[in-house]
Amino acid sequence: MELFLHQLLAGIATGGIYACMALAVVMIYQSIDHFNFAQGEMAMFSTYIAWQLMAWGCPYWIAFILTIVISFIGGVVIERGLFKPIRNAPVLSHIIVFIAMFSILNSVAGFTWEYTIKSFPSPFPSQPLFNNRLIGAHDLGMIAITLILLVLLYVLFRHTRLGLAMRAAAANPDSARLVGIRVGWMVALGWGLAAAIGAVAGMMIAPVVFLEPNMMLGILLYGLAGAVVGGLTSPVGAVLGGFAVGIVENLAGTFVPVVGKELKLTIALVLIVAVLMVKPSGLFGRAAVSRV
Amino acid sequence: MSANLSVRGLKAYYGQTRALHGLDLDLKEGGITALLGANGAGKTTVLRAICGMIRSEGEILLDGKPIGGLAVEDVVRLRVAHVPEGRGTFVRLTVEENLFLGAMIRTDRAEIQSDVERVYAHFPRLKERRHQQAGTLSGGEQQMLAVGRALMLRPRIMLLDEPSFGLAPLLVAEVFEILKAVNKADRVSVLLVEQNAALALALADHAYLIETGRIVMSGSTAEIGADESIRRAYLGY
Repeated sequence: MELFLHQLLAGIATGGIYACMALAVVMIYQSIDHFNFAQGEMAMFSTYIAWQLMAWGCPYWIAFILTIVISFIGGVVIERGLFKPIRNAPVLSHIIVFIAMFSILNSVAGFTWEYTIKSFPSPFPSQPLFNNRLIGAHDLGMIAITLILLVLLYVLFRHTRLGLAMRAAAANPDSARLVGIRVGWMVALGWGLAAAIGAVAGMMIAPVVFLEPNMMLGILLYGLAGAVVGGLTSPVGAVLGGFAVGIVENLAGTFVPVVGKELKLTIALVLIVAVLMVKPSGLFGRAAVSRV
Repeated sequence: MSANLSVRGLKAYYGQTRALHGLDLDLKEGGITALLGANGAGKTTVLRAICGMIRSEGEILLDGKPIGGLAVEDVVRLRVAHVPEGRGTFVRLTVEENLFLGAMIRTDRAEIQSDVERVYAHFPRLKERRHQQAGTLSGGEQQMLAVGRALMLRPRIMLLDEPSFGLAPLLVAEVFEILKAVNKADRVSVLLVEQNAALALALADHAYLIETGRIVMSGSTAEIGADESIRRAYLGY
């Protein structure tokens, strides 16, 4: 039982990171209808920025905040510079640009900071809090940071005019323009937020998986699994999907003998395929319907 | 609150295709002007061109100031509200969120709240359904919502694209009553596009007839409604 609880909590902790990645993916997907393959690399790059800031002597939390701000600006700049000009281009053009971005960010990070694995500090103590034996301090901290982030985003989207404008712009761009919303800037803002969320996810997971240019590849796949399980059209679904994937991954890796460490990622992919076969729009997603 | 709009030599394009061929039109301050014509005559295109949704040439003057070439978002900021064809409902947002969106460019929060109540006073049905997803409303209710959303802008000019479309006759009468009341109370200038000519002529004080992208006739609604040959040829009743 203790092992089960331990694995469950660890699953929730990593699930929170997947939930963040899933949310970042869904935010961009909702505003431009494309899946940002480079989301993970953006997060990895942000994490390197945090590492660099700390290497220059920045205290952890200052570096944390600065990285979020830089990532936000970076996301906005990427949208304005790269994706605004091609917004009417076909799907494949988008995919090519995403792949290019993936590869560019990956190799620039490798070139700048080398491919050797670096350790990344955790802001939380190394001893478990309150002397509990179930969950480590970093896992607990990850859960807390994820929850804070999700609450902030919920408040932004549900209770502010800016959030309402962003939702309107994503749902119905033409009508949004007709009420005076600058839709292009809302999309850019969505990119900025997605990049900032990714940065948080990267900084939180880096102490666990260690810092290296390919660190986010698996994480993004799990995040994508979460997004697909929950439904690419539903932010809430994506978050729940992310948590679900984290929990399933951990429990299956521990309790299903054949799975083990090696097949954990496969679990995520099997989950994607299974959900898509049964419910193509995801558990919480809306089926694509168009009036004819 | 009201404004006048004058359009001179308006040409509008969908891609390379020209849909309007030099069209003149005046919107009297505080008046209701109807734009009548058959399917495909260019009525909707006129509204789209005025608010910058499509490329156009010619002069569009709002209170004497040119607004041609402005982006939609900037035309809206001059308090020109457009109730588009198909109503433009934000179907996944609630009724109340739809209304708040109408006031997106305004910053006077307290006033916005009282304007929401005012819209509810006009359309009690919307108040009953304020927390429902707007996509669950009936066609008539969505039309009310579209008009309500436009009112939230505190518009000086309202461009209405077939507000009667798809509505039961009783509802049409209700919506038109409210338009009349708003026009009187707030002195909003209204440009009304309609296929239902009889209805439009009863509401408006001035009318234009449009045929394949050109104005073929204009005059007071009394004149146009009284002229039997016009009625037969263009209005079909």
